[in-house]
Amino acid sequence: MLSNLNFRATVLSLVMLVVFLGVWQLATAPDVLAPQQGELSEYERLMGGGTDRTSSSGIPAPTQVFSHAFSELSNPFYDAGPNDKGIGIQLAYSIYRVLLGFALAALIAIPLGFVIGMSPLLNKAFDPYIQILKPISPLAWMPLALFVIRDSNMSAIFVIFICSIWPMLVNTAYGVASVRNDWLNVAKTHQLSNLRTAFTVILPAAAPTILTGMRISIGIAWLVIVAAEMLVGGTGIGYYIWNEWNNLDLASVIFAIIMIGIVGFLLDASLAQATKFVRYAD
Amino acid sequence: MSKGFLEIENLSQRFPQPDSNDLLTVFEGVDVTIDKGEFVCLIGHSGCGKSTILNVLAGLATPTDGNVIMDNKEIKGPSLDQGVIFQNHSLLPWLTARDNVMFAVRARWPNWSKAKRREHAERYLHMVGLDDAMDRKPSQLSGGMRQRVGIARAFAIEPKLLLMDEPFGALDALTRGVIQEELLKIWSETHQTVFMITHDVDEAILLADRVLLMTNGPHAQVAESVKIDIPRPRTRATLHQEEAYYPIRNHLVDFLVEGAKVMSAKAQEAAARGDNPRHTPRIVNPARPEAEPEHSSQPGPRMVRAV
Ligand SMILES: Nc1ncnc2c1ncn2[C@@H]1O[C@H](COP(=O)(O)OP(=O)(O)O)[C@@H](O)[C@H]1O
Ligand SMILES: [Mg+2]
Repeated sequence: MLSNLNFRATVLSLVMLVVFLGVWQLATAPDVLAPQQGELSEYERLMGGGTDRTSSSGIPAPTQVFSHAFSELSNPFYDAGPNDKGIGIQLAYSIYRVLLGFALAALIAIPLGFVIGMSPLLNKAFDPYIQILKPISPLAWMPLALFVIRDSNMSAIFVIFICSIWPMLVNTAYGVASVRNDWLNVAKTHQLSNLRTAFTVILPAAAPTILTGMRISIGIAWLVIVAAEMLVGGTGIGYYIWNEWNNLDLASVIFAIIMIGIVGFLLDASLAQATKFVRYAD
Repeated sequence: MSKGFLEIENLSQRFPQPDSNDLLTVFEGVDVTIDKGEFVCLIGHSGCGKSTILNVLAGLATPTDGNVIMDNKEIKGPSLDQGVIFQNHSLLPWLTARDNVMFAVRARWPNWSKAKRREHAERYLHMVGLDDAMDRKPSQLSGGMRQRVGIARAFAIEPKLLLMDEPFGALDALTRGVIQEELLKIWSETHQTVFMITHDVDEAILLADRVLLMTNGPHAQVAESVKIDIPRPRTRATLHQEEAYYPIRNHLVDFLVEGAKVMSAKAQEAAARGDNPRHTPRIVNPARPEAEPEHSSQPGPRMVRAV
């Protein structure tokens, strides 16, 4: 039953992919959208003339994107100067910033969330600040970060830190605060110390909620890193996209978009996997 | 004055009410003594304050007045001396049945080796017939099996006092019967002092040495202490053949149907007059009414005026 459903879903997914690629290929074929063949459109003249890399509409065909992707992926880590690095190097920079900012945020948000969740007083006292700081776009911090830190790489990491912290903080506090009273009574009647209660009862009880917060955080961090790197420049997948746009290399832009999706999916999937280990059925 | 193992002295509990400045007196002036190794059941209508009394004994709640002394020490908070079994099993769902029991054993004897803890836990799980389910998580166990794990966990720490709040209330009748007998078995092997709340008269007769009867609230009182004069070992199959069974059963049911209400009205009148509410339960032995040691023509709890 289920495998049958999975099989049909896979087939349907593949059909959608083929249809999408087919429409894309047709739409970007030169003879369809370029009636005045031989003549350069005004846009093309502006863009420096039609090249054989792009179709007349300016959007590369999927075949062009794939052949470009193939050449990029066959040598992902080449380094030919500041403006010409392999996609692997650029992604590695972005992943490094995201993981570092995320880890710093977790280091602060989870213990702080724990304390806030355990104390109704702190919960109420922190609440207004969290509510006001949480909706601020992380990029709004960028100028301040650049001014204070005076380092573009560290500023990007700070922006990741600040956007990762809220979901983890809020979820940890909520998960800790809503641990079932029955389980706390078990800890009390067994005379567990506060530390033992925290580690053997509250932490396992709240772990699924905490991991959900971490999963939301890493998703947001991956969204934000692209924009942050477009702003600070230098390295990273966000910078790469902006750079290729300036080079008018749309095949590279589309290829980078797809890679961002794949890496984001892998980051999310790894935390989803971790959630499985701490989930419990009640 | 001879001190029993567990002394509940002049216990009262009042709660603030949402729509009034007056406190709600749930129960007041309760004096009860329980001996070591005794199995005592508490019966009363819903809302009369049974769970509140049990929570005070567990150290999870603080009474408004009075105190509880166990083994010459006042109960001031929860401890490993009081094992508790709640109606909703309260097992930790991320641990297997064995780990749940080992969790408690570790709290009780932190210096034991893991092998010793495991062996101890498995012995108690064996006593409640869970040899095949030790590796399962609570979500993979039936309601009855979960409650058995709870019983094993509570007995495994060998508390001085075992407290149970309607432990079988959520189980179907068949499962309940089986677990009652398992409870009797494990109790006959360990002879813990047990204080158990139930709303099932037959369960109380099967298990208890003594049944405490509570009047309705507010101003509830522990009005009677009914001796269950039926020899052990008892089984559910033969219980109703005992001569004492029907007199006891009728007495308990009469109390719940009629007495609890009548005495509650009296207690409320007395409270309105400002009488001292302190009382000890009247001792009743329905199996031998002529031998009742503290027989009085007056129904209702005996008031203790001089404190
Ligand atoms: N923490 C509390 N605050 C206010 N009222 C309470 C509290 N706990 C119990 N009560 C009230 O005390 C009464 C007795 O409750 P409980 O001991 O649970 O009764 P029982 O277990 O006999 O059914 C009920 O009327 C209940 O509403
Ligand atoms: Mg109750």
